[in-house]
Amino acid sequence: MNGLGASRNRIVAMAVVAAVLIVVPLLLKPYGIYLLSMWAVLSIAAVGLNLTLGFAGQVSLAQASFVGIGAYSVALLTTQGWPFGLALIVAAVLAFAVGWLLGYPALRVQGHYLAFVTLAFGTLVFLVFRNEEWLTGGIAGINRIPRPSLLGLSTKPPLAFYYLCLVALAIVLVLLAALLRSPWGRAFVALRENPIRAMSLGVDTRAYTLLAFAIGAGLGGVAGAFYAPLVQFVDPGSFTLLLSFNLLLMVVVGGIGFFFGPLIGAVVAVLLPEWLRFTEGLYLILYAVLVIVLMAFCPSGLSGLVERFRRVAPATSGEAQP
Amino acid sequence: MKKVAAVSIAMGLACVGFAAQAADPIKLADVCELSGGGAPVGNNWKNAIDMAVAEINAAGGVLGRPLEVTHLDTQTNPGVSRGVMQKALDDDPYIVLGPIYSSATMVDLALTQQAKVPEFTGGAAAGITKQDDPYIFRMALGQTATIPKVVNYLKDKMNVKTAALVWVNDDYGKDGRDAFTEEAKAKGIQLVSTISTEAAQVDFSADVIKLKDAKPDVVFVYTHEEESARFLKEARKENLQAAIFGDTTLLDPKVIALAGDAANGIRGHLSLSAGAPVDAIQDFVKKFQAKYNYVPDHNAIQGYMTIYTIKYLTTKIGKLDREAFAKAMHGLTITPKDEPGILMETSWDNTGDIDRASFIAEIDDGKQKIVETLPKLHH
Amino acid sequence: MAGLLQLLSSGLATGAIYALAATGFTLLWQASATVNFAQGEFVMLPAFFVLASMQLLGLSFGWSIVVGVALSIVVLGLLFKRLLVDPLSRYGFMPLVIATIALGLFIKEAVKTSFSAEALPFPALVPPIPVHMGDVTLSLQDISIFVFAVIAVAALQLFLTRTRTGRTMQATAQNRALAVILGVPVSRMILYTFLLNAALVSLASILVSPIYLAKFSNGESLGLIAFTAAIVGGFNQVRGAILGGFVVGIADNLTAAYISTEYRSALPLVLLIAIILFRPQGLLGRSEERTV
Repeated sequence: MNGLGASRNRIVAMAVVAAVLIVVPLLLKPYGIYLLSMWAVLSIAAVGLNLTLGFAGQVSLAQASFVGIGAYSVALLTTQGWPFGLALIVAAVLAFAVGWLLGYPALRVQGHYLAFVTLAFGTLVFLVFRNEEWLTGGIAGINRIPRPSLLGLSTKPPLAFYYLCLVALAIVLVLLAALLRSPWGRAFVALRENPIRAMSLGVDTRAYTLLAFAIGAGLGGVAGAFYAPLVQFVDPGSFTLLLSFNLLLMVVVGGIGFFFGPLIGAVVAVLLPEWLRFTEGLYLILYAVLVIVLMAFCPSGLSGLVERFRRVAPATSGEAQP
Repeated sequence: MKKVAAVSIAMGLACVGFAAQAADPIKLADVCELSGGGAPVGNNWKNAIDMAVAEINAAGGVLGRPLEVTHLDTQTNPGVSRGVMQKALDDDPYIVLGPIYSSATMVDLALTQQAKVPEFTGGAAAGITKQDDPYIFRMALGQTATIPKVVNYLKDKMNVKTAALVWVNDDYGKDGRDAFTEEAKAKGIQLVSTISTEAAQVDFSADVIKLKDAKPDVVFVYTHEEESARFLKEARKENLQAAIFGDTTLLDPKVIALAGDAANGIRGHLSLSAGAPVDAIQDFVKKFQAKYNYVPDHNAIQGYMTIYTIKYLTTKIGKLDREAFAKAMHGLTITPKDEPGILMETSWDNTGDIDRASFIAEIDDGKQKIVETLPKLHH
Repeated sequence: MAGLLQLLSSGLATGAIYALAATGFTLLWQASATVNFAQGEFVMLPAFFVLASMQLLGLSFGWSIVVGVALSIVVLGLLFKRLLVDPLSRYGFMPLVIATIALGLFIKEAVKTSFSAEALPFPALVPPIPVHMGDVTLSLQDISIFVFAVIAVAALQLFLTRTRTGRTMQATAQNRALAVILGVPVSRMILYTFLLNAALVSLASILVSPIYLAKFSNGESLGLIAFTAAIVGGFNQVRGAILGGFVVGIADNLTAAYISTEYRSALPLVLLIAIILFRPQGLLGRSEERTV
C-alpha cells in the first residue's frame, strides 16, 4: 500500500489530527467526549473489519457479533472483579478464536455467500446472547460495568476514559502498521492486490485469508472490550445486524483497504447523524440520503476522494488548509 | 490528509456546542425511543407530551413561563441512549422525560442521579426503583404492583391451579415474565408451560399446540398488541380450552379491533389504556385522536400525565428547584380535583414507584366490561 | 399427529409469504447481481402506497391497489434501477450493498415520518374465515396467500421458460457477454427483471399486510427471512425461492413446537449455514461458476 510510505505531508497531517484528537476534547462537554470515545471504540472494530474486507476480500456481516463477544466477556469478568487488562485479553482471544472457526467457511465460499453465512451467524449470536440468561442476563443485559483503574488512576471521568480509548486505538493502529510492513503483512497486501498472483508466488492464501478473518474478529473483540465500560451496559440488542451494517458502512464509506479509511468512515457513521439532529424527525432520512449520494459519487469512499484530490493536484500542497 | 485534518477540526468545533443561555422558557428534555424497535412506544409518549405542553403554554405556561421540550432519539439502543441522555443533561434541563424501555432507563438513571435532575421514566421493570435513586420517578405502574394484583385475582376469583405463560422475548416481555413467574410460585400456582415468542411473530400455531398439550387452567399472555391479536385468533381457531388472561395490552382497543370475535371472553388486568373507564382518559383519547389520527396507547397517557405532574408540582413549589421537586415527589398524591390533567388520582411512594387504581375487565361482545375495580395499594 | 399436520400446514401458509419476498430477491440477483438489502422494506412500502391512495385520493380499495402497484413498479422498479443500481453497480459489490442498506433505512424512516410509527390496519382481499380440513384448521386468508404465491411463482416460471422475452431474460442472466454478442437488448431485459421484482413485492405487500398490518418496521424481520429463504432454496433459481420459503416457515414451527421456543428462528439460520457449506447452490439451485 503506497500510503504506508511516509511522506512529509502525511506525517504533518497525522500529527495535526493526533493533536486535534488530544486537545479538542478538553473543550467539549461530556456528551461530545462520549461521542468521540464511541468513535474511537467503533474505529477499532472497523479497522479490524477493514483487514478482513480490504485485505482478504471477505465480506463479513458478523463484526457486531465479535464486538458483542468482546463486550460480554469484559462485562461478565469485570463485574466479577477481574482486572480489566486480563478481561481485555480474554475478550480479544475469544473473539479471535471464534473468528478463526467462522473463517473456515470463508475458505469454502466467497463474496456474497460469505456475507450470507456471516449474516446468519450474527443473528445466531444475538439469539445466544438473548436466550442464555444464566450467563448473559438475557434481554435485560448486564448493567453497572465498572470503568477500569490504570496505575491507580480511575478512568471513571469521561475525559480519562476517552484518552484510554484513544490510546487503545493508537496501539491498534501501530501494531497493524507494523504487521502490514512485516513479511506476513506483505502477504496480506499481495492477497488484496491479486490473489491469484499471490498464490502463484507461493503465498498460502488459505492460511492468510483465515488469519485476516481471525485478526479482524479479534479487533472486533478488542473494540467490544472498550465498548462495555464506555456504555457501562451491554444487551443483546446492541450487537445485531444493525451494528454490523454500520461497521461495514464505516469501512466502505471510509474507503475499503485504505489504512485510515475506517477512522474517517467512523466519523461519518458516529458523528454525521449527530450533526443532523437539528432536523429532528428527519435526521435519519437525511443521513441515509447522504450515504447513498456518497456511494454514487465516490464509490471508493472518502479516502478514495482524498487520494483523487491528491493525484489531481500533487504540487499544490500549500493550497489546502493546515 | 490535510483535508482530513481540517475536517477533524471542524468536527471538534461542532461538538463544542454553546453554553446554555439563560432563556425564558422552562427547558424539559425528552430522551426516548423515536426510531428503531421502540418507535411506536416512543412516538406515543412524544406526541402526548407535545400535546400537553401546547395546552399548558396556550394557558399561560408554568409560573408564567412557557415550557420548551427537546426530543432526543435513542434509536432504541442503550449505547445511543446513554449518549443522548448525557447530551440532554449537558443542556441543563429542569427535568428529564423518558426513556420508556426499562433497559435504557437502567443505563441512564445513574446519569440523572449524578446530575441531580429528576427523571420520569415509562419503564416498568421492578429494578428501576430499587437503586436508591432519589431522582427517578415512574409513570408506568410497575410490575411489582400489577402482577400481584393479577395473580391474586387468578387464585382467589378464578380458582386457578395451573397456569401457562406466553411472553414476548424483549425488553417489555421479560419484565412481565419475571414478575409473573415469581408471583405464581409465591402464591402456589403451578406454571406448567412458559412459551417465549418473538416481537413481530406471525404464526402462533406452534405456541397454541404446546398450550393444548400443557392443558393449563389459564394462559397468561404478555405480548405486544398486534401479536396478542394474532395469538388470540390462532387460539380460537384451534379451539384452545384454557381461559386467557392478560395485562393492559391484551385488552387494548387495538387488540379487540384486530382480533374481532376471538377477543370475546378474555379477561385481564387493566391499568392505563385508551379503554379505561375514566371520563378524563376518554376525553384525552378523543383529543389525541383528533390531533394525531390514531388511538393512543398507555405510554401516551403517561406522557400527558407527566407534563401535568410537572406543572402541578412546580406551581405548588412556586419556583424551579430540582431538589425540592424531587423531595416533594416522594409521597405526593395528585387528584384530578387539584389538577385535571392528571386524569386519575395518582401517588408516588418514597422510592419513586407510582400507585393508582386499576381494573379487572372482560371482553364481552367486542367491548371492555369492568368486572372489578382494584383500589390503590396504599390509601 | 394432528398437531404435526397443523404445524406443517400453518408453516406452509407462513412460508408462502416468505416465498413471495424471496422470489423477487432471487430474480434481482440473477439478472443484475444485486443483493437488495432493502427487499424487506420493498415488501413493506406498497401497502402504504395503497393506503395513501385511499386516504389522500379517496379512491376505493380496488383502485387504490391499481395505483399502489403502479406506483411501486415505477418507484421500486424503474427508479430503483435508474437512480441507484445503474450508477452504482459498475463499481462492484460493496458500494451497492451499502447503498441498499441506506435505502432500507430511508424507506423505513420516510414511512414512519409521513404516516406514523403505529401499525395501521389494512383491508383484506380474502376474509380470515376458518376452514376445517380433518384435524387441521386454516383460515381462508392463509389458503389464499398460499394459492396466490404458488400461482405467482408458477406463472413467473412459465414466463421465464416458455416466452421469448422470458427466455431472453434468462439468457441475459446466465451470460451477459454472450447475450450482448447475440444482439439481445440486455439493459431492457434487466429492466424487466426490476419491474417484475416490484410487481412481486407489491403482490406480497397486499397479501401479507392484512396479517402483518402496515407498519414501518415490517421490513426488518421480513427482509431477513426472505433472504434466508432465498438462499436455502437456491439463490439462483426462482422455484428454489418458493421451496426455501416453505422450508423456513415449517422449520420455524417445528423448532418452536419440539425443540425450543426461544430458538425458533435459529433452525432456518443453521440450515442456511449448512446449505451454503455443503450445497452452496441451494436446494434447487444450479451450481455457480466461481470466478477465481
